[in-house]
Amino acid sequence: MPYHPVLVVGGGLAGLRAALEARFQGVEAAVLSLVHPLRSHSGAAQGGVNAPLGNSEEGKDDTPERHAYETVVGSDFLADQDAVEAMTREATERIFELEHWGAPFSRTPQGKIAQRPFGGGAFPRTCYAADRTGHYLLHTLYQQALKYRVQVYIEWTALSLVVAQGQVQGVVALHLPSGEIETFSAGAVVMATGGAGRLYRKSTNALINTGHGLALAYTAGAPLKDMEFIQFHPTSLYGSNILISEAARGERGYLLNNQGERFMQRYAPRFMELAPRDIVARSVITELKEGRGFDGAYVLLDLRHLGAERILERLPGIRELAISFAGVDPIEEPIPVEPAQHYTMGGIDCNTWGESRLPGLLACGECACVSVHGANRLGGNSLLETVVFGQRAGRRAAELARAGASTSSEEPLKKALEEARTMIEGFKRSNGNEDPASIREEMRRAMWEGVGIFREKEGLEGAVARLQELGERARRLRPAHGGQFFNQDLLRCWELPGQLLVAEAIAGGALRREESRGSHFRLDFPQRDDARFLHHTLAHLTPEGPRFEPRDVAITRWPPEVRKY
Amino acid sequence: MTLNVFRFDPEAGRPPRYDRFPVEAMPGMSLLEALTEIAERQDPSLAFRYSCRGAVCGSCAMSVQGRPRLACQTQLKDLRGEVLVAPLPHLPVIKDLVVEMGPFYQRFEEIMPYLIRRTPPPERELLQAPRERRLLDEVADCVWCGACYASCPTVRQGPSYLGPAALLQAYRFAADSRDEGGREGLRLVDREEGVWRCHTVFNCVEVCPKKINPARAIQALKRKALLGRFKLW
Repeated sequence: MPYHPVLVVGGGLAGLRAALEARFQGVEAAVLSLVHPLRSHSGAAQGGVNAPLGNSEEGKDDTPERHAYETVVGSDFLADQDAVEAMTREATERIFELEHWGAPFSRTPQGKIAQRPFGGGAFPRTCYAADRTGHYLLHTLYQQALKYRVQVYIEWTALSLVVAQGQVQGVVALHLPSGEIETFSAGAVVMATGGAGRLYRKSTNALINTGHGLALAYTAGAPLKDMEFIQFHPTSLYGSNILISEAARGERGYLLNNQGERFMQRYAPRFMELAPRDIVARSVITELKEGRGFDGAYVLLDLRHLGAERILERLPGIRELAISFAGVDPIEEPIPVEPAQHYTMGGIDCNTWGESRLPGLLACGECACVSVHGANRLGGNSLLETVVFGQRAGRRAAELARAGASTSSEEPLKKALEEARTMIEGFKRSNGNEDPASIREEMRRAMWEGVGIFREKEGLEGAVARLQELGERARRLRPAHGGQFFNQDLLRCWELPGQLLVAEAIAGGALRREESRGSHFRLDFPQRDDARFLHHTLAHLTPEGPRFEPRDVAITRWPPEVRKY
Repeated sequence: MTLNVFRFDPEAGRPPRYDRFPVEAMPGMSLLEALTEIAERQDPSLAFRYSCRGAVCGSCAMSVQGRPRLACQTQLKDLRGEVLVAPLPHLPVIKDLVVEMGPFYQRFEEIMPYLIRRTPPPERELLQAPRERRLLDEVADCVWCGACYASCPTVRQGPSYLGPAALLQAYRFAADSRDEGGREGLRLVDREEGVWRCHTVFNCVEVCPKKINPARAIQALKRKALLGRFKLW
């Protein structure tokens, strides 16, 4: 069985950065990736990555402290301030490093990295590469992974984490092309599997963002944190829900209702379209509910006043997407947009070095909750999180792997392999009749309708009950396709029960939190309630379902204040 | 609408065949959504790659009516009647629409696809003028989908040719004002299996879903290679 001192699960930005860092620390690291790393969802990030470089005249007074403060306000004071300060302190170094590795950032006239304003920030702080920043950064890190010969197991998906004597020993994984199952023994396992957007009916996420990685950690005994905080992006392409970057508003695009009115003036008169995403998303839904949308379903994002030259230079990618997927050229017509699930603020509970509460298991990127985003993530902070905390998790994983002279026996790994084989045979020979596609669809609907942008007690209770019922039905799945090669049906069956558990952690957390904070908006409790809820939510998996537990927020410098834009 | 989808399962010991799947083309539906619908409702054994569904990850390249395209970027409304859906040519089939991409990825590794620097990095970013950065527009957008590789007649003739995608990648670094790889990088493509095998058929330009022009990049590399030789004399 292959052994790697550091084994990273997930080949997106966070995972690649973690693996590279382990290499830099002199420890061998391998990446296990469900898709070729360049297919990771990181590549879909458009707008940019935040760092207080101060490269423009308007931004020259920017500092890590300003960046941290605005991140904390954006998070509605739920972010851990020590974690935020670590992130903003290290931002500049991580960005320059990416640039030195060849990331093709857009440039100022002086040749410096160009920066644009983003929601919730008082300075132009978002470093960008046209509107394909994620694509360029992902390619840059993959190039470095090739250069430093990081071994990547492509199209291997982790089926389970192996825990013995309270310590993670490795993973059992399936090679999709060959159908081969193998155990990977590891000194430390770093989860970097991204978010869980596909638990929702409408999501900007890639189809591979099923939440499977979160489920693996959760079922192995690592608690999830703050799962009720789900970001809804205000501007996804109407119908397909493909992301239309916040950069479009950063470049001063307008949001218009069916009266031709810039409706944000009613909700955030100071920041207008550049208020944080939670506020803009709720404003859009309010417009739609009050009959000021188009066909009751979408509003318009108007870029025409920017002119063809600026659109072609700064937003070529979203122009291409609008043309390909909506038949609309933003130079000539406004883009129809609607809110959709976009980001999972919560995740595997971990500290600022990526360590989860399960020894030997670390996490970084969207699947982790450090927490730097709190109740609402600012645009441009997720790419930053991947490289800052990817680097940190890689470093700590290397230290742990070096310290723990792997004396663990192979027995638990062999046993886990046998269990996985038995489960796969069980799926193939099942005598159930439930169709995984319909259960998944019902789950996505329950989440969208009950645990969406606006929430209230009854809807949340309904969603929890529905998810439990679907969990029961998922025990009786019809037999999976029995084929050996590239059997995606088997994978979909394997993932489904875990997805339902993660969904229940989200819905249960949202039901418990009787207040409105950041992305979590309760119609029945529309105010933030610091007295009762200025704390994180930890979800532990028990045989009876999730057990929730509060955890204090780390407040170092900024006591909670009213969040106003 | 009917999709005629290439089917092959190495386990079955049967020759490949085409299966006909009726599809109800909803407004705005992509070919990828139609395939997903088939896998969920009609035949769960159907295999195809997917990820972003927004034409940025390059997973779902396949041959549609004989032309390499991204399934997610292909709208059903632009297709008529009986639609032929097959795996990308020039690469071995693993199952159905899934091909072994290894030989294609291998080509990239041959050209050292990363920025080469010899001087130590400065404290801040390396400066790059906007006009220098503009040279990377388009050429850095490649998503490694393989559509150009699959459309190239020279690739068809033999597997040794680097192919348009890897050569475009080589040009991406040759064109970067920050790259100090210089002649070393160029040597990797200035050979028979490199730029000189391109016969400027321009299929790659035709099929690129990101509207990139690999042929132009290859011509630019040829010029650089020639100039490099003159300098040696």
